[in-house]
Amino acid sequence: MTSTTISVNGRAVTADVEPRLSLADFLREHEGLTGTHTACEHGVCGACTIMLDGRPARSCITLAVAAHGAAVRTVEGYDGDAVMATIRDCFKRAHAVQCGYCTPGMLATAYDIVTRLPDADRDRIRLELAGNLCRCTGYIGIVDAIEMAITEVGGGS
Amino acid sequence: MKPASFEYARAESLDDAIGLLSGAGGDARPLAGGQSLGPMLNLRIARPTLLVDLSPIAELREVSEDEDGITIGSSVVHSAVEDGEVPDVTAGLMRRAASGIAYRAVRNRGTIGGSLAHADPAGDWAPVMMALGASLGVMGPEGGRSVEADAFITDPLTTVLEPGEIVEAIRVPRLSDAARWGHHKLCVKPGDFAESLAVVVRDPDRNRCRVALAGATHAPILLDDVAGLVADADGWSDALADEIKNAAGSGIAAAGFADTGDRYAMNVHATVTVRAAREALSR
Repeated sequence: MTSTTISVNGRAVTADVEPRLSLADFLREHEGLTGTHTACEHGVCGACTIMLDGRPARSCITLAVAAHGAAVRTVEGYDGDAVMATIRDCFKRAHAVQCGYCTPGMLATAYDIVTRLPDADRDRIRLELAGNLCRCTGYIGIVDAIEMAITEVGGGS
Repeated sequence: MKPASFEYARAESLDDAIGLLSGAGGDARPLAGGQSLGPMLNLRIARPTLLVDLSPIAELREVSEDEDGITIGSSVVHSAVEDGEVPDVTAGLMRRAASGIAYRAVRNRGTIGGSLAHADPAGDWAPVMMALGASLGVMGPEGGRSVEADAFITDPLTTVLEPGEIVEAIRVPRLSDAARWGHHKLCVKPGDFAESLAVVVRDPDRNRCRVALAGATHAPILLDDVAGLVADADGWSDALADEIKNAAGSGIAAAGFADTGDRYAMNVHATVTVRAAREALSR
């Protein structure tokens, strides 16, 4: 067992864990934060994407012990965040959610696109979304939602 | 999809990491960003007994620039290159290459040294570094040494690194103002490993022209005959494209390992080489 201290949604958590434990499983099983989903578990599908020190990262291929000292933000950690509130609302209005399994990862990537690439057009949004798989929506609603969120967060219409 | 058990140690310094790795024997593996090793652990393709985490070592994230080029610490992440946080001595080639590696969430963790040391035959950095004439600074229990990028990868997932050795930094020579490059990556979907990836660097002021190809063979290769054609070219023509295509095919066949009977694959690699050359000669 190895000690790891991680800031989880602003709360410092210290735990002794097996080195092989992924950050995703640490969040789900030790912290009860089941909003972080695991699917492919080898870094391809994007369902487990969370924010690590403010940047999107794959929690299924990040070890909990290797996240020692880092700040993690999961889908549960956006209370009072105006940008994420706008993105969530756009996802709702654009029908960007069907079964919801990919949604926490989609929201993390959407947050990154909206904040890092305020000039992104639909092609760029699609390119940035290439690492998040959705088997329901056909992506059109998700691209629509992110395009709307960029406009609304940017103070547009 | 869970890794087998292993021991884990955080290295506080390069010496510490080398000591831990060599003390444990060949089953110890360094862990940098974990974006290649992580999937291999989860799939249990890799089953090390000890992982030595290099991420606490600050000196591996250092970057230093001088007149002749830049030295990039092996733990610098791809997104830092993509975002221009690393000074660009390659007229944009490294930024282009970085932005095409996997996905942003992977680029935020994956490191340049880790990618090279992982040595996937279709990895993104090796052909770029080979075309640029870069070298790798390697540190190990016997001290430091420098390895040319074109001599670093020998086979799939295999490099010249000895047990206990770590890639410390990558030395990238500065391109002259007259230099032009081409970079063409063909993949099934954005972010995939390349089906084929060709990089062309033509720097007449430095009397250098290099063409590297990844994805065709067990290790990325230099296509010297293609480089000769590109170096001597005076603009672009269909005839030159045909010559390059033939030279690329011969170069791949001469390098061995490739399935030269697979006409589709050979055509893909030759065409990707032509497109990279065309970009370099059209800039």
